[in-house]
Amino acid sequence: MTLKTEPFVLNIGPVHPSTHGVFRMRATLDGEVIVDLEPVFGYLHRGIEKLAEERTYTGFVPLTDRLDYVSSMTNNMGYCLAVEKLAGIKVPERAEYIRVIMAELQRIAAHLISVGSFFNDCGAYFTPFLYMFRERERVVDLFEMVTGQRLLYNYMRPGGVSQDIPDEFLPALNEAIDQLKKYFDEYERLLKENEILYARARGVGILTKQMAIEIGASGPVLRSTGIKWDIRKADPYSIYDRFEFDIPVGEQGDCYDRYRVRVEEMKQSLRIVEQAAGKIPAGPVRADVPALIRPPVGEAYAHIEAPTGDLGFYLVSDGGIAPYRCHIRAPSFVNLTALRDMVLGWKVQDAILTFGSFAITMGEVDR
Amino acid sequence: MTAVLAASEVLKQLETRFPGAVTASTDTVITVDSKSLLPVMMYLKTAPGLDFSYLTTITAIDYFQYFEIVYFLVSMEHNHTLTIKTRAYGRDDPKVPSVASLWRSADHQEREIYDLMGVTFEGHPNMKRIVLWPEFKGHPQRKDFLK
Repeated sequence: MTLKTEPFVLNIGPVHPSTHGVFRMRATLDGEVIVDLEPVFGYLHRGIEKLAEERTYTGFVPLTDRLDYVSSMTNNMGYCLAVEKLAGIKVPERAEYIRVIMAELQRIAAHLISVGSFFNDCGAYFTPFLYMFRERERVVDLFEMVTGQRLLYNYMRPGGVSQDIPDEFLPALNEAIDQLKKYFDEYERLLKENEILYARARGVGILTKQMAIEIGASGPVLRSTGIKWDIRKADPYSIYDRFEFDIPVGEQGDCYDRYRVRVEEMKQSLRIVEQAAGKIPAGPVRADVPALIRPPVGEAYAHIEAPTGDLGFYLVSDGGIAPYRCHIRAPSFVNLTALRDMVLGWKVQDAILTFGSFAITMGEVDR
Repeated sequence: MTAVLAASEVLKQLETRFPGAVTASTDTVITVDSKSLLPVMMYLKTAPGLDFSYLTTITAIDYFQYFEIVYFLVSMEHNHTLTIKTRAYGRDDPKVPSVASLWRSADHQEREIYDLMGVTFEGHPNMKRIVLWPEFKGHPQRKDFLK
């Protein structure tokens, strides 16, 4: 007697701990092997692009917080850069430095969550994750000191930042930098050559260079394949051309490389924060911007290197107080184009890990 | 710094190869007739010296008379960028050719435009809604919904 097998469909998510939000993968399985996979989006779609059309340019800043909700600062920054480009606003020097410090601290905080939850997906349940959260707490405390908020900061404004940093911020920052350095060394000892990680992540979910470019990948996902492409270097915005830092890249684009790139990036971010904190000048933190910004008719596209990748804001103005059109280029959304190809032929647990290594946030994917 | 390629240089090349394809241009933006969009994009992607192998963003804007589709092309090799636009006319069934066969990054982004703006991309392998549910009526990003 011959055994007949037939493929069956498994819904992973939308509510499942490994989907990091409300994402659904409709996987077709042959035994345990994935033969087809369809990503299903939209469970967190709030129409943020449409909402922008009914808000003033400044009034949209709090909504950008809610895109990638674990990296609010960089979202604020990308949006403010686009408005400044559109309206021709010049940002004071001190505000630029504060922005860079905040953006790089935010990158550390966001990568800590990405790496921590990646280890959860690996099967190293919650020990590394809680270590990461201990350090993230240091960064979040700094943000709380400046903005009064711990998750959605609403801190940057077109023309600068909402308020100056308090006097006690810089000493606290220096102390945090020293501690973070020690913590990063600790992770490396604990995790870099960890047996669980080696067994689960090396050689799994490979993204080739060619495919990375084809699907428009950006951020750590792109750099893990070995392509040195970072918006901070390729198209420097704000004052990034004044700092020394390297672009870490991976070798073969597997899950392990994506984890390595994130860890190395955190160290580089710390280098930038250190340099910026040492050189921060005195002066105003906000340009003289009217309460209702009315940019001239036209359009502007500004993009930044957000923790997840190339985050772009495209604004079209008709001369009114609200954008005529606001498009957000969400890096997570574009990166996920590769997901299906990367997991075909792998087992379910590898798909979970590959998906985790993208470190997406559904707020950004669905918008 | 990513150099914004002067449209005039590319324009010369395009006009000799594809006469009548370019309908308008500014210093940085080239507007292409949607009928010749695919050959023009193919040329931009492969021509030596241009090499736009990386398509970062596609978006659409509703101008009532027409929909404008905007493409941001980047060449990692030369570190330069160019903005291409095309137009889709009509409100019932606006159509432009899909570039998903050239750059797969267009896959999700074109589906999103179809979903929210209602512009159909002809030749797209999987043209269906992406963030809204299949039974949804209308396209919410259009300017039809005025206060």
